Amino acid sequence: MPDFAWPTAEDRSLIGKRISRLDSPDKVSGRAKYNYDYHPSGPMLFGKVLRSPHAKAKILSVDTTAAQKMPGVEAVEVIQKIGGTVQWAGDEIAAVAAVDEGTAEEAIRAINVKYEPLAYLVSDAEPPAGSAEAPGPMSEDDVWDAIDNQMPERQFLEYLKEHGVSFHPEEDLLKQFKGDGASDAILDALRKAAYHEPSGSGTRSPYQKAAATTQGDPDKAFAEASVVSEGVYGTSVITHCCLESHGSTAEWPDKDHLFVHISTQNVSGVPSQMAEPLGVPAANIRVHQDHIGGGFGSKFSADRWDITAAKLSRKAGGRPVRIMLERDAELKVAGARPSAYARVKVAASKDGSITGWQSQSWGTGGPGGGGSPPIPYVFSIPNQRKEHTAIRNNIGPARAWRAPNHPQAAVITMGALDDLAAKINMDPIDLWLKNLSLTGPRQKVYEEEFGVASDLMDWKQKWRPRGQNISGNVARGLGLSLHTWGGRGHASQCDVNIHPDGSVDVKIGTQDIGTGTRTTLAIVAAETLGLPIEAIKLYIGDTQYPPSGASGGSTTPGGVSSSTRRAAVEAREALFAKVAPALNATPEQLECKDKTVRVKGDSGRSLSWKEACSKIGAVPITARGKNPDKEHPPDLTNSGVGGVQMADVEVDMETGIVKVRKMVAVQDCGLIIDLKTAESSCYGALTMGISYALFEEKVMDQATGTMLNANMEFYRLAGYNDIPELVVHMMTGKGYDERGVIGLGEPPVISPGAAISNAVANAIGVRVSYLPLTPDRVLAALGQKAGA
Amino acid sequence: MRAFEYASPTSTKQALSLLGAASGGALVLAGGTDLLALMKDDIVHPKRLVNIKEIRELDGVASSSLGLRIGALTTLADLADNVNIVKDYSALADALNEAASPQIRNMATLGGNLCQRPRCWYFRNGLGLLPKDQSGKDLVATGENRYHAILGNDGPAKFVSPSSIAPALIAYGAKIRLIGPNGKRELPLDKFFVIPKTEDQREHDLKRDEIVTEVVLPPAADLKSAHYEIRQKDAFDWPLATAAVVFQMSGSTVQSARVVMGYVAPTPWLSEEAAQAIIGKSISEETAKAAADAAVQAAKPLSQNAYKVQLARVAVKRAILKAGGAA
Ligand SMILES: Cc1cc2nc3c(=O)[nH]c(=O)nc-3n(C[C@H](O)[C@H](O)[C@H](O)COP(=O)(O)OP(=O)(O)OC[C@H]3O[C@@H](n4cnc5c(N)ncnc54)[C@H](O)[C@@H]3O)c2cc1C
Repeated sequence: MPDFAWPTAEDRSLIGKRISRLDSPDKVSGRAKYNYDYHPSGPMLFGKVLRSPHAKAKILSVDTTAAQKMPGVEAVEVIQKIGGTVQWAGDEIAAVAAVDEGTAEEAIRAINVKYEPLAYLVSDAEPPAGSAEAPGPMSEDDVWDAIDNQMPERQFLEYLKEHGVSFHPEEDLLKQFKGDGASDAILDALRKAAYHEPSGSGTRSPYQKAAATTQGDPDKAFAEASVVSEGVYGTSVITHCCLESHGSTAEWPDKDHLFVHISTQNVSGVPSQMAEPLGVPAANIRVHQDHIGGGFGSKFSADRWDITAAKLSRKAGGRPVRIMLERDAELKVAGARPSAYARVKVAASKDGSITGWQSQSWGTGGPGGGGSPPIPYVFSIPNQRKEHTAIRNNIGPARAWRAPNHPQAAVITMGALDDLAAKINMDPIDLWLKNLSLTGPRQKVYEEEFGVASDLMDWKQKWRPRGQNISGNVARGLGLSLHTWGGRGHASQCDVNIHPDGSVDVKIGTQDIGTGTRTTLAIVAAETLGLPIEAIKLYIGDTQYPPSGASGGSTTPGGVSSSTRRAAVEAREALFAKVAPALNATPEQLECKDKTVRVKGDSGRSLSWKEACSKIGAVPITARGKNPDKEHPPDLTNSGVGGVQMADVEVDMETGIVKVRKMVAVQDCGLIIDLKTAESSCYGALTMGISYALFEEKVMDQATGTMLNANMEFYRLAGYNDIPELVVHMMTGKGYDERGVIGLGEPPVISPGAAISNAVANAIGVRVSYLPLTPDRVLAALGQKAGA
Repeated sequence: MRAFEYASPTSTKQALSLLGAASGGALVLAGGTDLLALMKDDIVHPKRLVNIKEIRELDGVASSSLGLRIGALTTLADLADNVNIVKDYSALADALNEAASPQIRNMATLGGNLCQRPRCWYFRNGLGLLPKDQSGKDLVATGENRYHAILGNDGPAKFVSPSSIAPALIAYGAKIRLIGPNGKRELPLDKFFVIPKTEDQREHDLKRDEIVTEVVLPPAADLKSAHYEIRQKDAFDWPLATAAVVFQMSGSTVQSARVVMGYVAPTPWLSEEAAQAIIGKSISEETAKAAADAAVQAAKPLSQNAYKVQLARVAVKRAILKAGGAA
């Protein structure tokens, strides 16, 4: 069997080098086409969605008569069930397709909806004492709600497993659930769910308590602790705010086939998501996407508006219908990162060894409530007691946001540890190092990373105890955090074709979500075939190519590089078999290097790549590679990384305004395919991290139930001037490279919030509990300190 | 955006008749940086837009011994580059350079800047300038008011005046000139901004069929002045509080003073208290602080914006010190 293993360091000419992204010239010149830019050849219809003005309301009636009659309106679709309940302001009620945007807007204004407004909650403030109720079994209504509210699948499955159902899901009903968007896994879980009698009152409290979890003997740990540090930490709900909003253009070339241009992180997965609600086989749905303008975890599924665009198109005789969300809708309904807050107590001995953790946490992920953050994060503190209350409110659905739950958990945990360090007058680096044995398998990695990071930050020179680096109005401070993530490669298939004329193409149904996937693919294929990158022609972003997993959870680089490597090695072996006779050698003696196929160790016996390929004959060589693939070892991907970050900030003590002066990120991710795009991933993550640390917050108004800052003026994103010096160091070489390829999308975005929060506490001498660290919060914390 | 008529007159006379004829349904269009956003968000829906950018007489800056006359159509970018402003009106120059973003300053006109509508997020979400719920309860007083007014907020208006240019102009004693069907009028710029009491009143002393034609600035060559802004983000963001100060000095003593705060009230806020506190004194950390305290003494913060009292105080103090020559 051929050797699929990654080439060793001496044998790499492209892998691990700094190579510029292949798509950059297209992007900076505007040639790159995003889904928004897609213009079908025929006349397109514009779809617009009528959205609920109420945060919670029963739909009594929807009258579309006037809209239907309007000239220029080609199709109308009612999205909500009459009698159903909308759970957030901005939820989709009905949609129209019309010849231009203006007409479509007029038409949705002409739709008459009667609502019965219901009581709602949009706050995620700490639940009043005693308000939380234990979760009960799901009723049929609960299941409908969970599907409609887009409860994340994992959470849904866990809930069913733990709490069961209070009704008997017949197959007919399951089919209806499926039509509404429930996945097969959920249907299966519903079939298996235990039956319980429905629980009591009927009206549900928005506050749902998860069972307290205890580990070790927390009472003893706290009783015996020489130091107990207490604090409140947390981070607000933020949105994904994709610069290219969600949406798609759908068209039916004939009545059985659908063609969709959709902004997605999951090209290969979209057909099966759309098949059931549209009643067509997944095989008849083609999906295409060249470039996507941001997803961050919010674009894994075909959304309700995408299904609606396809339905409108079908009603309009197959004419293309485009629905791309307006900016306000994008911020209101297309995804939010759950909030998480906690009251924490940490027990430790005088030397800083942590012995106990107690937390009462709460937070919201919208109507589904949201899961509890994985706290204490990374450090498995021996004695723990944790209680979490999920707030089910009407702010709109949560979606995965880069490293789901980790940034929140980091803010809470690293903040609590930092406060402990301050309480015992310890440099946080020393406290972290002292407790590194609690971090598990990555301990050695963290140790090495701390060394690198503190040098790059000049930590030992610059660090001062809390509040002792103030000159005039300006306080300076340092903070740190660490994080972990999995990042094993997902399921992926790839075809590599070598043509008799020497051209090579790579076909794979993956997507480049801006992370450099194109560049990764080209590097792996070119390295394996001994060709320059330009020799590889790439075809991605289409369901016509072999399926490849969704780009989420940092799974893409490991997945696509493994499948591409295996395909390229197979193709290369096939080529060797064809070329060997001409070189008077056996296939095993051959290698591909520097655009030649040659006999190893005998430079005289060599054919140019083109000559070699001329031996292929009439039919191109085609090889399919897969990940995972136990039959073709070794495993080329791996899981589990660690990273350390440090922040240097400056705070104006009179105005409470925080400026980040410098960030350091030290990160491992196994074998790096392209050092430059890996570093870029970290720069991007730090930028996004500064943004959520200082600025971002989904501001909900309890009186009206709506999001007040659904625009890019008051939903602030960091701008160019807000981004300071960013220093990134990737761990490579022995101990790292041989682990195989691991993804990098999530890890570096986990720590910035925690590191910046800790740096601010170090600067001003007091903890600002919640992110974003806005001037009002900073001044309030300073005021409390002065008053204390 | 809803459908509208579009007219592009070349004289003020034509413009006035076009504004009048649509009987309340017409709006003046200048740079469009605010108006188009309001129309897209369905906050205003004019039947007709009267584009005034073809009226050449409204553009440009004229300098004389009486000061500067600035046409309403002059863009913020052109003003920021104007030699007279750079030389003699440093508070205004600073305010211009920090406003919005370069792209917006290239389009935005001075007239439009003074007539732009508040950024109150209730207003911009279509809930009105004096937002109330169905029972008539004030939405801002008990709602999300972190960016709202701390002064002049006793009545139903709690938004803050959005122009960061107006406070600087007012500090120099600027006058505004308007033209309407009944002829021209002139008023001190601070009087142009009014606090509405009912939803159908505007926050400007501007009738529907009037056009702002120019702003007149008295000479300022022998004045000390400065502008200080507090913004969370470095660019493309709205200030949280600003202050503009203009001093007539006699030696090292402040002889007369105008102190104007921005983003603290429904109008630019001319603080007589702060002026009185510094007049007769020399500029020092101590006198600046005393004047700053006086500037916010009457502040009545809402449930979430007590921090703005501190920000306004700091803005005034730093503006005074900057005018006094501190960095
Ligand atoms: C992101 C962002 C940040 C910003 N930051 C700042 C800032 O920091 N400081 C600041 O001051 N501004 C800021 N602005 C606002 C900007 O300065 C204004 O939008 C601009 O000055 C308006 O001028 P315009 O010519 O485009 O007016 P238009 O949009 O054309 O008109 C605005 C309003 O004024 C009326 N109008 C215009 N001209 C006249 C006239 N001559 N007579 C009568 N009525 C008239 C119009 O009918 C309309 O109601 C910001 C805007 C944005 C979008």
